[in-house]
Amino acid sequence: MSEELLNLTLHVWRQDGPNDAGRFETHQANGISTHMSFLEMLDVVNEDLIERDKSPIAFDHDCREGICGSCGMVVNGVAHGPQKLTTVCQLHMRQFDDGHEVWLEPWRASGFPVVKDLVVDRSALDRIIQAGGYISIRTGSASEANEMPIAKAIADQAMDAAECIGCGACVAACPNASASLFTAAKISHLSLLPQGQAERQDRARTMVAQMDAEGFGGCTNHGECEAACPKGVSLQWIARMNRELVRSMVRSDSGTKSGRR
Amino acid sequence: MQLRSNEPTGPIEHRWEKHKESSKLVAPANRRKHTVIVVGSGLAGGAAAASLGEMGYNVKCFCYQDSPRRAHSIAAQGGINAAKNYQNDGDSVYRLFYDTVKGGDFRSRESNVYRLAQLSVNIIDQAVAQGVPFAREYGGLLANRSFGGAQVSRTFYARGQTGQQLLLGAYQALCRQIEEGTVEMMPRTEMLDLIVHDGRARGIVTRCMKTGKISPHIADMVVLCTGGYGNVFYLSTNAKGCNCMAVWRAHRHGAAFANPCYTQIHPTCIPQSGSYQSKLTLMSESLRNDGRVWVPRKKEDVTKRPEDIPEEDRYYYLEERYPAFGNLVPRDVASRNALYVTSEGLGVGLEVDGERRGVYLDFSDAINRLGEETIRERYGNLFDMYERIAGDSPYKTPMRIYPATHYTMGGLWVDYNLQTTIPGLFSGGEANFSDHGANRLGASALMQGLADGYFVLPFTVGNYLGEVRTLPPLDENHADVTRAVRAVEERIHKLMNAPEPKHAPEYFHRKLGRIIWTKCGMSRNKEGLEEALREIPKLRDQFWREVKIVGSGAELNQTLERAGRVADFFELGELMCIDALQREESCGGHFREEYEENGEALRDDERFSHVSAWEWTGNPGEPRLHKEPLTFEYVKPSKRSYK
Repeated sequence: MSEELLNLTLHVWRQDGPNDAGRFETHQANGISTHMSFLEMLDVVNEDLIERDKSPIAFDHDCREGICGSCGMVVNGVAHGPQKLTTVCQLHMRQFDDGHEVWLEPWRASGFPVVKDLVVDRSALDRIIQAGGYISIRTGSASEANEMPIAKAIADQAMDAAECIGCGACVAACPNASASLFTAAKISHLSLLPQGQAERQDRARTMVAQMDAEGFGGCTNHGECEAACPKGVSLQWIARMNRELVRSMVRSDSGTKSGRR
Repeated sequence: MQLRSNEPTGPIEHRWEKHKESSKLVAPANRRKHTVIVVGSGLAGGAAAASLGEMGYNVKCFCYQDSPRRAHSIAAQGGINAAKNYQNDGDSVYRLFYDTVKGGDFRSRESNVYRLAQLSVNIIDQAVAQGVPFAREYGGLLANRSFGGAQVSRTFYARGQTGQQLLLGAYQALCRQIEEGTVEMMPRTEMLDLIVHDGRARGIVTRCMKTGKISPHIADMVVLCTGGYGNVFYLSTNAKGCNCMAVWRAHRHGAAFANPCYTQIHPTCIPQSGSYQSKLTLMSESLRNDGRVWVPRKKEDVTKRPEDIPEEDRYYYLEERYPAFGNLVPRDVASRNALYVTSEGLGVGLEVDGERRGVYLDFSDAINRLGEETIRERYGNLFDMYERIAGDSPYKTPMRIYPATHYTMGGLWVDYNLQTTIPGLFSGGEANFSDHGANRLGASALMQGLADGYFVLPFTVGNYLGEVRTLPPLDENHADVTRAVRAVEERIHKLMNAPEPKHAPEYFHRKLGRIIWTKCGMSRNKEGLEEALREIPKLRDQFWREVKIVGSGAELNQTLERAGRVADFFELGELMCIDALQREESCGGHFREEYEENGEALRDDERFSHVSAWEWTGNPGEPRLHKEPLTFEYVKPSKRSYK
């Protein structure tokens, strides 16, 4: 609980919009309490910038408790910063030492165009889900929930995959800027469950096609995504996604999905 | 203004069916001719937009987050109640209804609450069919746990992330409709005003948060599911972006605002560590099952390490004051007592603004009795989260906790159809006032959001559209639309050009939050509320004079976004204090120090068994009060006691 005060040098990526080249800007953050969260440290810097008529650093954030997936930036080369299994909003300044230099960058991937400074456009991830990351069930037409028992082990595995918060750290960490971990987690969650079987033949195919269309790279097994994931989503889901993809290519009942895609 | 609840009559268990049977319908081929705007994409908004889209309406859905999947419903940890009686412990729709009315301290509408309890079972079916991975037993059936305020086990959960999984279910259903083309989703778009034409809600004015573009959107009706106003306190467990702008703009156009003083304080949150603090993090209430709450008996011990304070110098105040319930007293009682001991100077932890606002939650007895392993199994992830934030290990030293604002029961007044006092303007989820009365029970927020979104709004929206049939077309150049757009532009201009710009909006928000927290928080009295009502208008004037925003309105400008929200919190905060002052009784989350008996809330059913619905008059200090009387045909009001 003991408190120390830190003086830090921040090198922050500033970019006015998607077409601006962008550059690093250096700011001093002095008298930072070790009890502050990383984003609170940025709040303090921003309030000071505003008082001095300077443009504050734009960054995405919302719940600040590690679940909404809004926040995310690369801190000293690591997506979400140095603490394992921790989003940057739950990262606290006690992880840093006095006099540290801290480099802040946005997620860098062609699928995530920069909006401003550390804010990127992650709507590509939404479009991947729109391509088939759901179970089609009309509201009000569901049958009694306990009519279909699901083995606890299967339900637990589905929950493991469903933990993804959609922050995009996996893309930022991947040398190929692949969105495979994100896409695989949803494909796995739904294909594990009996409810997800009816649309299983097409789901992997349409979602992976969308991932490719958004400009994300392919997976070449670096494993950086799992290491950066604040929720510990496992690389094994990518293997499962690949099996699902092959399955949908060889089965005769695939390719029946109607709709716009 | 007339408050007509439009409740059906007759036996309560048949009211919703009867209402649905007599509702107007819109034929499938005609639905796509109707445009419905849904603002907010959380459990209520996301579920409503998805369901309406699926029915064939032309839906436009808006959220301020960069994706609808990030709405703050996602942060709900504990679970969702449903009267399934899977545990064979005597649960029923009636019992859930009864618990909710009693838990709300007899300040909610019986017909609404009964419908909520009935729909709870459909929600679980719907969520499971969508693939929501609820916890299961080894036999493969759904697992339940118990929660406060109930004697049965009826809470469904998905680890500590029930809100996340339910929201992703609604989000995926929404994505399916976006793909089908029935829902047009507009993320990073904030509603800044309502368009009212011919007495009906006909659209909204938005600001694109990426480009700053102000646009009108015309529709046949508008549904607001924009969440609660807990951020009026500045520090709360809400997300940073949560705000009251949409509901407040609606209020200023004539939508009555009901029971604003009913706010819920959660007793177990991680205390503030400094004045820079931006939000408070909730720790699950389940911790009170094994933790003992205490503070030092002597003021001189508050800075000592807790391990160094001998047993006889520890004040286990909940166990001493409430021997029957001990550490498991309800949320409001636990919260208030933490306030009392810390204001006596017995608070522990870091000093912020001259006060130590923290109490110990000690697990050492439980660890000695059950072993560290058992405690790790029960609370491991919570202990880890605490250590990440507070820097101490609860296995070795007591946690420090303190109450924080968590939920707001008040909101837009709605009738049984969830329609506000403006025809064509509906409201669901935490944004409306219905169902929870003066206090919400645990695991009921998710239930209400989804009941409104999946099952109530899709019907009542159809009923409204079936009734009005064809609305006259409204052109974007009509004076009612251009006036709304101009008002938004002028307001932004005013915010960006304060006469003596000095401070960022947070500076004022923190000060406002401090006033509301100390004078209209856990414990309120006449003197304090009157003081707050003198301070708030002064601070508001200072805000409009000195707020400082750098940059322009025609780009991503997060300072401008916050400034607009803070401006509305000033007006809502004032209404909260007026409501709290007027309600001369204590009930649920509203505790007036003058109205208590042996430290317990003293309701006044003779004078206050009503909903207070406030009408905007143009002057934030002089709203007009309307009362909707509450009648209890099924659950007879009784006194809550936990001694």
